[in-house]
Amino acid sequence: MKSPLIELSAIGHSFRGNRVLSDVSLTIKTGQIITLIGPNGAGKTTLVKIVLSLLKPDLGTVTRAPGLRVGYMPQKLHIDPTLPITLRRFLSLAEPSLQLCLNALAEVGIEKLIEMPLQSLSGGEMQRALLARAILRKPNLLVLDEPVQGVDVIGQEGLYRLIGQLRDRLDCGVLMVSHDLHLVMSATDEVICLNQHVCCHGHPDQVSTNPAFIELFGSRTAPYTHHHDHSHDSEDNGDNVHSGGGHHD
Amino acid sequence: MSIPEAATMIDVLLYALLAGLGVALVTGPLGAFIVWRRMAYFGDTLAHSSLLGVALALLISIHPTLSVVIVCLVLALILVVLQQQQNLASDTLLGILSHTSLAIGLVAISLMPSVKVDLLSLLFGDLLTVTAQDIVIIYSIGTASILLMILLWRPLLSITIHEELARVEGIPVTAVRSAFMLIIALEIAIAMKVVGILLITSLLVIPAATARRFARTPEQMALLASLMGCMAVICGLASSWFLDTPAGPSIVLCAGGLFLLSLIKKQ
Repeated sequence: MKSPLIELSAIGHSFRGNRVLSDVSLTIKTGQIITLIGPNGAGKTTLVKIVLSLLKPDLGTVTRAPGLRVGYMPQKLHIDPTLPITLRRFLSLAEPSLQLCLNALAEVGIEKLIEMPLQSLSGGEMQRALLARAILRKPNLLVLDEPVQGVDVIGQEGLYRLIGQLRDRLDCGVLMVSHDLHLVMSATDEVICLNQHVCCHGHPDQVSTNPAFIELFGSRTAPYTHHHDHSHDSEDNGDNVHSGGGHHD
Repeated sequence: MSIPEAATMIDVLLYALLAGLGVALVTGPLGAFIVWRRMAYFGDTLAHSSLLGVALALLISIHPTLSVVIVCLVLALILVVLQQQQNLASDTLLGILSHTSLAIGLVAISLMPSVKVDLLSLLFGDLLTVTAQDIVIIYSIGTASILLMILLWRPLLSITIHEELARVEGIPVTAVRSAFMLIIALEIAIAMKVVGILLITSLLVIPAATARRFARTPEQMALLASLMGCMAVICGLASSWFLDTPAGPSIVLCAGGLFLLSLIKKQ
């Protein structure tokens, strides 16, 4: 059994009195791909920030393996159009050596774009550029926030395949956030369903038949729908939808 | 414009030119970051508060450069704290602070009848009364600012592109941002003399925007912005000298003219 890269136990966090995470535990090991899945507002981003040490949780403990190097791929990059910057310069901010930058670009398959202005890259190329920057740090843990965002379905499959290859080659652990269910199923070792707490977790095949999972996501053909209303212990996230008609009288 | 009797005309022109060029060299790279980080309104707000700095200098008799830097830094700190806590949109908050601080400055100065202040020269600059001491201040602060920017160039660029990514990669984001605020405050303090409180932001934004059309790398844009600023200073001073127009506004007008010319170039 490989030793854990990072271990979160009984994490709780609130923003201005609104509980967004409660009692979340998570362990990521070398060679393991864990996918975080859940509706909007489920606390996925908060949990990712805690893993990245961008945020200190109110409750619980985070244990990092000594020598942990995290490669982070943010959800989206907003670069002002007034900033003239090529892909090469963008990568050089993380790694000055051109050869290493070229290697990373070759790894993600966009080495031909090295002299292109960053703003001219397509959605899929941009995701690969971000992935290249993340692996330049020779990480043993990759954290990918919605890595296939803005990428068409065929491109998404390619990206997930690439992430799997990178995991093998870098021998690292991967934590990724995803909205998309069936595509991610084949690309992950473990799925964690988050909706402010861990609804269920385990191997994708087991999870997909778990009642809590089906309750959260409905059928596999409609992965985005959030059917029931979790009220949990947050104060004001309750059902605000009233039946039509109203009180006009 | 009052010209010191002892100074010859050539001295006046030379001092004005040196002061203008010194400021324009720093506004180039700083302005590029202001434009990339969309902080033009932020810079404007800090600049407006510098009138309060001048009032403070008169009140407790310290050097205006020092008090302007201090007031700008305090306001920057207040802004950062308010932006984190308030529910107001950032530009609303800036609008409130920008004009309130300008108004406090104007009121404070009017309440000091014992000192005679040329408000017009504070608001729009008074380049033709620059002294040798001013030149020394401009060049020492300017050199310090440029050195600081060279030192912080890579981390600043990193946090401009993605702050959280920069933080994960180990850049001390808060320290870098604070240093950047310090550079803005220093630059406002020295640019005040050249173009005045109300026009400082133009010297930051316009040359950088002009340079964008010709630059292919961030560094090129910063250097070109300095060059555009220097050209604006030279043209503005020339027009001020030959046509007797006010120096500060003439410089800004020339910067604007250069920007218009740059639009001819196809992107």
